[in-house]
Amino acid sequence: MFSGFMLNTWTVATMVAVVAGVVGFFIVLRGSSFVADAVPQGAFAGAAGASLIGVSTLLGLAVFALIGALGIGWLSRRSRQDVATALALVVMLGLGALFLSLSTEYAPEIYSLLFGEVLGVSTNEVAPVAALGAVCVAAIIVMYRPLMLSSVAPELAEARGVSSHRMEMCFLVVVALATSMSLPVVGALLIFSLMVGPPAAARSFTSKPLLAMALSVVIALMTVWVAIAASYTSNWPVGFFVGALGAVSYGTGRGWAAWRRTRAVPAAARPLAA
Amino acid sequence: MTHLLRMIVEPGFFANQPVRVALLAGGVVALVSGVVGMFTVLRGQAFAGHALADLGATGGSGAFLIGVNPLWGFVGIGVAAAGVMEAIGIRRPRGRDVATGIVLGAGLGLAALFLYWDATVTNTTGATLSVLFGSMFVISGSTVPFIAALSALALAVVVLLYRPLLLSSVSTDMATVRGVAVRATGTAYLLAMAVAVSLAALTIGAILSTALLIGPAATALRLTSRTGLAVLWSGLIGVAATWLGILLAWDSFYWPPVRHGWPVSFFVVTLVFLFYLIAQLPAVGRIGRARARQARTGG
Repeated sequence: MFSGFMLNTWTVATMVAVVAGVVGFFIVLRGSSFVADAVPQGAFAGAAGASLIGVSTLLGLAVFALIGALGIGWLSRRSRQDVATALALVVMLGLGALFLSLSTEYAPEIYSLLFGEVLGVSTNEVAPVAALGAVCVAAIIVMYRPLMLSSVAPELAEARGVSSHRMEMCFLVVVALATSMSLPVVGALLIFSLMVGPPAAARSFTSKPLLAMALSVVIALMTVWVAIAASYTSNWPVGFFVGALGAVSYGTGRGWAAWRRTRAVPAAARPLAA
Repeated sequence: MTHLLRMIVEPGFFANQPVRVALLAGGVVALVSGVVGMFTVLRGQAFAGHALADLGATGGSGAFLIGVNPLWGFVGIGVAAAGVMEAIGIRRPRGRDVATGIVLGAGLGLAALFLYWDATVTNTTGATLSVLFGSMFVISGSTVPFIAALSALALAVVVLLYRPLLLSSVSTDMATVRGVAVRATGTAYLLAMAVAVSLAALTIGAILSTALLIGPAATALRLTSRTGLAVLWSGLIGVAATWLGILLAWDSFYWPPVRHGWPVSFFVVTLVFLFYLIAQLPAVGRIGRARARQARTGG
């Protein structure tokens, strides 16, 4: 499990988990899970396009993730964000369907892009992933205060001169970068559960933002490590374990929060509305 | 003129059996998605609608695994997922997003497992793609009655609940005051949407069915602010996009670079998006004119 060819996998997966935990915290805080679902799926179309014209998959992913994120930002100036996201997503997927039908790519390749292929990470993939991951984390650190303010209280942020639209655009770009680095490892459909499950669970354990972010990274790391180990031993797709563990950690978080509520407020004193 | 028409609509088009099935099933599904999608957009449940479509992949691959008709897999998983979403809090706007996301993540994980089993047990990797992207030209004629019946069911729920649903979508408080059972209405609607979305996922593919649910409804809401009219427009736009898409896919058989036809999903989605962009134009023009006027008057 820790032999030579698996070392790259462990390294890359760890970096992916850290970035997903940090970026995912803001995704859950801002209520933009749909974006976190749409950008990777749209980026998948880019990978199909890249294989059609014969350039690197990572480039195709990054270009389409960025186009998707900026498209969502542009469309949501005129309509509600969920509608804008849905439309941007389906347009990119339509292109993806076209690329797939034009290329003669072998089906398992596409399957691994959708559901992840951690066991096939090559050494020359490690450096670009590390660079993209560092950029994402650095961007979040730089934007931390204005981003936090505009996520929690957009009006207050506007009053302080933080444009919520510009913040949204910056954040979408970070999501796009995080997506392109994680997609080849956990897959288009599952990067999303890594970005939503651990942070959502972390938020039910604590309400302190920095602590929640740290916890979210820890849960994401555990999820990824357990998923890879389980996938390695059982030969089942890693995406299944990531999805299942995401749901389990969220369920645990919800259970913990409910248990603490019942302990904090004695049953008789509980207000009816609760 | 006749020559041009014959070039666009080839003589063989309406005689072709798969095309007739596609026109029929696609039209029915587009109509229902358009009408149901109206409320999806009004209620801000686009993510749930898309998630239910994606989860069709889980149902489809599961059905494939145990060897039942994929129709039941799609519809079954859609209804089950809608139930779970409802149970863990799709009603609160803040919790909705995460609840949908968690269900979607877990469901897609299962899909990955099912597809892996499908591929190893039955050795048909092509199943992955057909479940995800679907194709209107491979619907078997015998499932059309089922599709029609389930569509009618979803449509009936929405039509019967039209007024309370509209009221509770626009203002929950007002609906409560008027004595509408807001939660029951919401649940019934979510289940109807699950059925409609699963059917759409089956016909134009799990991922692309979102287009017919959201696109026509969002376009219609741009064209008119009267809900009754918007529902009509939404259905019409959906059907038009689907039929035109099928026609173009049929024509594209002669297009470069590969002579095997472009995917019908691509055309339908592109048309839906084009309609949406065209519907935006009047609004953009209005803003532009207002700005120009402002500049003239010096305000």
